[in-house]
Amino acid sequence: MIRGIAKGMGTTLRMLFRQKSTIEYPDKKKARSARFRGRHELRRYDNGLEMCIGCELCQVSCPAAAITVMAAENDPQNPHSPGERYAYVYEIDMLRCIFCGLCEEACPTEALHLTQEYELADYTREALIYGRDRLVNKEPSHFRVPENVYPKYDGRKAVDVL
Amino acid sequence: MEMTNGQFFVTTIDKFVRWAQKSSIWPLTFGLACCAIEMMNLVGPRYDAARFGSEVMRASPRQADLMIVSGRLSLKMVPVIQQVYQQMPEPKWVIAMGACASSGGIFDNYAIVQGVDRVLPVDVYVPGCPPTPDAVLHAIMKLKESIAQGRAKGGVMAREA
Repeated sequence: MIRGIAKGMGTTLRMLFRQKSTIEYPDKKKARSARFRGRHELRRYDNGLEMCIGCELCQVSCPAAAITVMAAENDPQNPHSPGERYAYVYEIDMLRCIFCGLCEEACPTEALHLTQEYELADYTREALIYGRDRLVNKEPSHFRVPENVYPKYDGRKAVDVL
Repeated sequence: MEMTNGQFFVTTIDKFVRWAQKSSIWPLTFGLACCAIEMMNLVGPRYDAARFGSEVMRASPRQADLMIVSGRLSLKMVPVIQQVYQQMPEPKWVIAMGACASSGGIFDNYAIVQGVDRVLPVDVYVPGCPPTPDAVLHAIMKLKESIAQGRAKGGVMAREA
């Protein structure tokens, strides 16, 4: 019996000097893998234009119906995006979102991107509906406007028929 | 607490009580689905919620302060969760962990309650499917913050002086 206890305590003693597996969370954060999907962001081209063209494909692809996109036509003199339209309402309900990344895959301009940020807890449901103010990046990214994709756009012409 | 009426002695006690409350939040296991797997990690050695005063998960509601609702709440479960919540001593708090507990998530159907805040007063919502244990630790820290500031009422009915 004494041998058994000694053996058990020996294991305890050995573990005592081992390196601790605890991650001291608020001070040290666990490194996420490159594929980790966290909070969404809408990126900008390097000239400051939004990459999102308001095509609503992310809204269609979302299995949880968490995304709301409403598109408006760009003013050719002062455009928000290089395309004809831009998303003047872009809302993601973070509590509905399951972070599957289908929206990111659906995005034809690579505007939508899921970042590594995961600390999103909040006190109300309303505070977790992220609008344009929190989704659209302030800083431009390194992406350049693809010149061959967007034709020159200076207002819609077909409207003149009426 | 209802002691707050601006006098020095009582407000100091009030502050002390809040400090005591926020420093030992023992969670109740209310694992309903896959989020519970991440919730189990919370008390494991890697994330170790004991560092924040959440010493152990309690299986009995009589010994718990915080209910972590992890998983989708079905309509049939509502009387159970309400009874368990009523069995917890005051002050008590609720964290809705994950998309399903917070808002129903992808299960927008007749069987799933669209967010536990339909039946319980929720203090902190955690997005994610499931949220990582770090995200839940962040939510616990947010809850402690709101207890210290006296914003989280802790399930105590509002007693205005």
